[in-house]
Amino acid sequence: MLGYAGRVLHVDLSSGKIWTEPLKEELAKKYIGGIGLGMRLLLDHSKPGVDPFSPENPLVLATGPLSGSMVPTGGNGHAFVSKSPQTFAMGEAKSHGHFGTAMKRAGYDAIIFHGKSEKPVYLWVDDDAVQIMDAKHLWGKSPQETEDAIKTELKDFYIRVASIGPAGEKLVRIACIINDRSRAAGRCGMGAVMGSKNLKAIAIRGSKDIKVASQERLLELIKIQHERMKGPAARKYRTLGTPENVLVLQKLAAMPTNNFTRATFDEADKISGEYLNERFIAKIIGCSSCAMRCEHIAVVPEGPFKGVTTRIEYESLWAMGPNCGIGNLDAILKGMDLSNYYGVDSISIGGIVGFAMDLYEHGVIGKDQLGGLDLKFGNYEAMLEMIKRISLREGFGDVLAEGTKLAADKIGNDAPKYAVQIKGVEMTGYDIRGLKTAALGYAVSFRGADHNRHGSYDPDVKGKVNRFKAEKGRGKLVKETEDLYTVIDSLIVCKFSRGTYFEGYKDLAALYSAVTGVEMTPEELQKAGERINNLGRLFNIREGLTRKDDSMPWKIMNVPIPDEGVAKGSFVSQEDLDILLDDYYEVRGWTKEGIPTVEKLNEIGMEDLVYLVKDKLEPKPSKRKEKKEE
Amino acid sequence: MSAVPKTVPKADSAKWKMVSCDPDKCTGCTVCEYICSLTKDNAFSAQKSRIRTMRLHPLINISIACRLCNPAPCVTACPRDALTQSEQTGVIMIDDDKCDGCSWCIEACDYGAITLHPELKKVRICDLCEGVEGGPRCVKWCPEEALDFVTKDILSQKARIAVTKKLFKESMEAAGIKV
Repeated sequence: MLGYAGRVLHVDLSSGKIWTEPLKEELAKKYIGGIGLGMRLLLDHSKPGVDPFSPENPLVLATGPLSGSMVPTGGNGHAFVSKSPQTFAMGEAKSHGHFGTAMKRAGYDAIIFHGKSEKPVYLWVDDDAVQIMDAKHLWGKSPQETEDAIKTELKDFYIRVASIGPAGEKLVRIACIINDRSRAAGRCGMGAVMGSKNLKAIAIRGSKDIKVASQERLLELIKIQHERMKGPAARKYRTLGTPENVLVLQKLAAMPTNNFTRATFDEADKISGEYLNERFIAKIIGCSSCAMRCEHIAVVPEGPFKGVTTRIEYESLWAMGPNCGIGNLDAILKGMDLSNYYGVDSISIGGIVGFAMDLYEHGVIGKDQLGGLDLKFGNYEAMLEMIKRISLREGFGDVLAEGTKLAADKIGNDAPKYAVQIKGVEMTGYDIRGLKTAALGYAVSFRGADHNRHGSYDPDVKGKVNRFKAEKGRGKLVKETEDLYTVIDSLIVCKFSRGTYFEGYKDLAALYSAVTGVEMTPEELQKAGERINNLGRLFNIREGLTRKDDSMPWKIMNVPIPDEGVAKGSFVSQEDLDILLDDYYEVRGWTKEGIPTVEKLNEIGMEDLVYLVKDKLEPKPSKRKEKKEE
Repeated sequence: MSAVPKTVPKADSAKWKMVSCDPDKCTGCTVCEYICSLTKDNAFSAQKSRIRTMRLHPLINISIACRLCNPAPCVTACPRDALTQSEQTGVIMIDDDKCDGCSWCIEACDYGAITLHPELKKVRICDLCEGVEGGPRCVKWCPEEALDFVTKDILSQKARIAVTKKLFKESMEAAGIKV
């Protein structure tokens, strides 16, 4: 099989032992690569119930079969997979840039980190030569400083580095892993898992050839993709970028404001994609192999934050903006810059600060706990200060560094009501009180609150369904987009390119086949997507999650949208949620409790994992026993 | 190293066309490297590409290939006379039998436009896709149209157009001239 490197690298940080094993072809075909392959490797190499920070919890890094090839956006992806310290269940996060390309060129489909190093180290992968290096001098540095230092000491500018910042070192549960200066594997606290292993960075130089099965066919397909990427399918990302969402969601009253207190933001014009591009965006750059470019680099032109240069996307902008009641774009960009500097997920950090502001405004926490900080909504100086305190676990930041869910439990009183999270992961920038297809997608996402495990806000936002209604049929919509998104994350191609696969699985399967030489049909690829979603579910079941965890934040279920206008009064009731979950489980072929049935697992070629659910499925009523009772 | 140029004056050098990158348009995507290595070595590989991308900072991106210097310092620097410059196209031609990978030429090139082939241990320089229909493939495949296949004269002309547009932006707008 071309495309794949055919090797998995194991690194035992406890013993220092390093070895490789061949990638099993069957595994590759079934789980594709990226998150799919990573999740399967995690399942196979971990024991149930281990603490995410335990040396026994492996951290898996995986590329996809397209990584290293010229497939636009496909050439560069990588994924981190581990048991999440936020959800205590399946955690995964992807990133793009140039790092995944280098890893494939070095000749690895996946790297599995076992154990825990005694001292801070980084891994230096120079094709076949793999070494564990001392990282004492890097400890405390930002990912950007770490990247520069490693390139300098290894004397090669083209070495690619993924590293954690101070937040990951301090086990801040929302810590991320940053590569190529500004690209983050952001969600689920993968950086904290890396920190728990005393692993500061992974540096890779890859110089092996990437060969594909059918050059001519692949180039033809790429040419088509290039043309589509210049057209309307990628227009948003090439022009305003994702911050275009600001005014779109504002109009729909689906813009969570002040920690989901309201659904519109009075200062939306001051943080819009239009204003951002007019005043701040200096350049749009692209990842390796990409023909779209999307990475909007903003530079603050004047004022106290003059010179701050950072990448920005809608979600981070929302989290540190409207979610904290902040309409000062200069400060939001500074917040983004700080998130990258400390190495925290810029969505979750905004979620946590918004949560803390809500607690403060409601008197659940006071100034005395905050060292005199006036943490009210809209105070951007306080927001920036809290980003630092959380990232470095200073003062009350130490409590908040646990993430909204665990922090709320610690704080007690009414705090859990203000924690807008699902499965322990902070919400993202869609007010799902008035987007009920999306609400289902968020509830069932195996990595917690997230818009990237499914695209189910799409039918709501585009008006294809009545977004205020929970009804049968939404389960199918969510399942379909989940399966597709999972394939996208396993190949790995970029989600921003999803609109350019006009024929969906057919286009993706053609790319896969041309690269690997393994003829994959669209149906098989869809099946793989379904399989990987079931895999996420199975892992979570193994870790003790149940239907109860497919839940909604308290505010989403108890505080109707107060804003005058289209969405007023909307919220997700228990009845709504039950209708949605029942429908979804049925479409998935799962039981009422959300457990995949043996029949379903057999149908999608997961016979080998039936053992995970066998004792959880209701035992069939034994007729013999009933007769005896009669 | 001899300071005297070994190359003879080339009558047609004004007509030579080279691959040039507009850094304002370059996004650092490295598609040029992918297509170059595929064309020349049948594989995707940055190290085997004759054009290399440099991102020093998110705002600073450029791709660099041979500038067709005349006289060419690389030719002068080669102690084994392995390099010669085509009079017709300006391309630096490499005699693989003579090249031993000593890399004096790499040091002599101010632009980093010469690389050492990692397996053959011979140097490699952009040959403008000699023999490939339609000219240099990186230019054809660059998704941002940041690469151009141009003479130096056209290059300066382009710069003049750009600076004139910049200087007279207001009056052009006032006159309704579309830029």
